[in-house]
Amino acid sequence: MSTNNLKLIENPKGKFNTYLGLGIAAVGIIVLLLAPGFLTQYYVYLLATVFTTALLATSLNLVLGYGGLLHLHHGVFFGVGAYTVAIVTTKTSWPFAVAVLLAPLVAALIALVIGWFCVRLRGLYFGMLTLALGQLVWAIVYRWNALTNGDNGIHAIPVPEFLTSINSVYYATLLILVISLIILYIITESPFGLMLLATRDNPVRSESVGVNVKRHRLTAFVIAGFFAGIAGVLFVLVERSVAPSLLFWSESAEVLIMCLMGGLTVFMGPMLGAGILVLLSMVVGLYTEYWLLVLGLLLLLLVLFLPQGILGYLMEIYNKSQDKRGGN
Amino acid sequence: MDFATLASQFFIGLSRGMIFFIVSAGLTLIFGVLRITNFAHGALYMVGAFIAYSVSTLFGQGPYGFWLALLVAPIAVMFISLVIERGLLRFIYNRDHLIQMLLTYSLVLIAGDLVKIIWGTEYKSMHIPEALRGSFNLWGASLPWYNAFLLVVGPVVALGLWFFLSKTNLGKICRATATDREMVDVLGINSTKVFAMVFALGGWLAGLGGALIAPTTTISMGMDASIIIYAFLIVVVGGLGNIWGALISSIIMGVGEAFGILFIPGVAIIIPYIIAGVLLILRPSGLLKSAW
Repeated sequence: MSTNNLKLIENPKGKFNTYLGLGIAAVGIIVLLLAPGFLTQYYVYLLATVFTTALLATSLNLVLGYGGLLHLHHGVFFGVGAYTVAIVTTKTSWPFAVAVLLAPLVAALIALVIGWFCVRLRGLYFGMLTLALGQLVWAIVYRWNALTNGDNGIHAIPVPEFLTSINSVYYATLLILVISLIILYIITESPFGLMLLATRDNPVRSESVGVNVKRHRLTAFVIAGFFAGIAGVLFVLVERSVAPSLLFWSESAEVLIMCLMGGLTVFMGPMLGAGILVLLSMVVGLYTEYWLLVLGLLLLLLVLFLPQGILGYLMEIYNKSQDKRGGN
Repeated sequence: MDFATLASQFFIGLSRGMIFFIVSAGLTLIFGVLRITNFAHGALYMVGAFIAYSVSTLFGQGPYGFWLALLVAPIAVMFISLVIERGLLRFIYNRDHLIQMLLTYSLVLIAGDLVKIIWGTEYKSMHIPEALRGSFNLWGASLPWYNAFLLVVGPVVALGLWFFLSKTNLGKICRATATDREMVDVLGINSTKVFAMVFALGGWLAGLGGALIAPTTTISMGMDASIIIYAFLIVVVGGLGNIWGALISSIIMGVGEAFGILFIPGVAIIIPYIIAGVLLILRPSGLLKSAW
C-alpha cells in the first residue's frame, strides 16, 4: 500500500485565471490597507493575528499540500521562531533587528535537523517522527528554565518604539505577510515547486527519472520551517509574549485543520482557513466557553462532507464550468 | 544509588510500561486491522478514567467501588467506541491518513469539552482499594502493591490478547484482515463486523488503561493529550499493528522514563521522545514487523 501521497489532492494546480487571482489579491490588499481606519483596536489586533496564523498555515501547506507529506508538527518551527526573538531580546543586548533576522534562520536550522531524519521515512512513519521530534523540542523548551523560563514563558518582550502601537504592528505584519506569500508563491510555481509536486504524485517515477526525492522534500521542509519562523516573529510582534504551549502538538493540529478547511490544493486555501478559524474562535468565544466542542463538530462536518476544503470545492466548480465553456 | 533503589525504580517503570502496553495494544490493533490512526484513543482512555472515578464515588470510594469501576468503565468505553465506529469511522475507511486522523482528532476536541461539561474542571482523585494499599519489600527495595498488581494485569491482558488472536477463530480473522483485507472479503467473511469488533476491543483496552491509572494519578482534563502521544510513539516504534512490538516498546518507554526520573529528574520528560526518536532513526519501520 502506497502511503506516500494524499489521495484527496487530485487536481493540485487549478486552472484558475492568473489575472483574476491577481485582481482579487490586489483588491484584498487595498481593503486590508484601509481597514484600520474603520476598525476598533481589538479588530485590528485580531486581523494581525489572522496574518500571523495565515503565514504559518501557508508555510505548512508547502510540505503538506504541495509535498504530500504528513507533517504533523509544524507549530514547532513557529514556536522556535517566536522563542528566538524572545530570548535574543531579553537575554542579550543585541539589537532587535538581529533577533528578527535570526528567528527564521534558527527555525530553518531546527527544520533541517528534524527534516533530515524525517525524509528518510514514508507516510505515517514520517508523520509520527515529526510528532516525536517536535514533541522533543517542546519538552526541551518546557524544561530548560534558564534559557526559556520554562512553563511560565517569556512576557513583556521589548519591541522597538515604532512597533508599539497596534496599528503599526498591523501594517508590519501585513507587509511581511504579503512579501512572504509572494516568495512562497514564486517557490510553488518554480521548477523546484513543480518537481515537488512530481515527488508527491509519483515518488517512484520521480526517483527513476533522476529526481532526488529526499532532497526535494528536505528542501521544502526547511523552507516551510523558515517561513514558520517568520510567522513566529510576527506572533511576538502581536502578542509580545511566548509560552511553551506554542510548541505543543495540539497547536499544530489546529494549523492542520486550517489547511484542510481552506483547501490543500489551492495556494490561498490555508490562508482562508486561518482567517475563518481565528475569527470564528473569537465570535464563538463571545457566546460559550466550549470553543473546542464547536471546533470539533465543525471539523467533523468538514471531514465527512467537504474534505477538499472550501476553496478546493469552489475550484472544482470553477474548473467544471471552464471545462464546459472549453467544450462549446 | 544502591541496587535496591535501581530495582524498585525498574519495577515501577515496568508497571508503568504495563499501562502503556494496555493502551497502545488497543491502538495498534485498530491500526493493524482498520488502518485508522485513532487520535481519539487517548480521549477514550481519559473517559475511562472519569467513568471509573464516577463508579467508585457512587460506592463512596469503598472497597467494592474500585473493582466495580474496573469492570464497568472499560465496558462503558467499549460501547462508546462501538457508537463511534458505526456512526462515523465506517464512512472514512477509504480516505487517506490525514482525513482519518483529523476525524478522530475532532472526537478528541469534542470529548474534551464533553468531559468538562459532565465532570467539571476540578481535579478528581480515586482511592486505591484497601487490599492494594501500602508496599512490600523486594530485595530491600519497597514496591507499592498497586504497581505489583499492574505487573500482574499487564501480562494477563497480553496473554488474553495472544489467546484471542492466535487461538480463536475471530482472532485469526482479525489477523487475516490486517494482512490482506480484500482476500478476507473474497472469502466471504463479513469484515464490517470484524472492524466494529476490533474497534470496540480497542476501546475496551483504552478504558481499562484509564480505569487502571485512575487511582494512581489526578484525573484531569488533558490526561488524553499526554498519553496519546506516548501511545503513538510506542505503536510506531513497535511496528504498526504489531502487539508484541507494542509490548516491547512499552516496556522500553516505561523503564526508560522511570530511570530518567531517577537519574535526571529535571529533564525526564524528554526521555520518551528521545527513545522514540532514536529507535525510529535506527529502525525506521519499527522494532518488529509491522502488520501491513
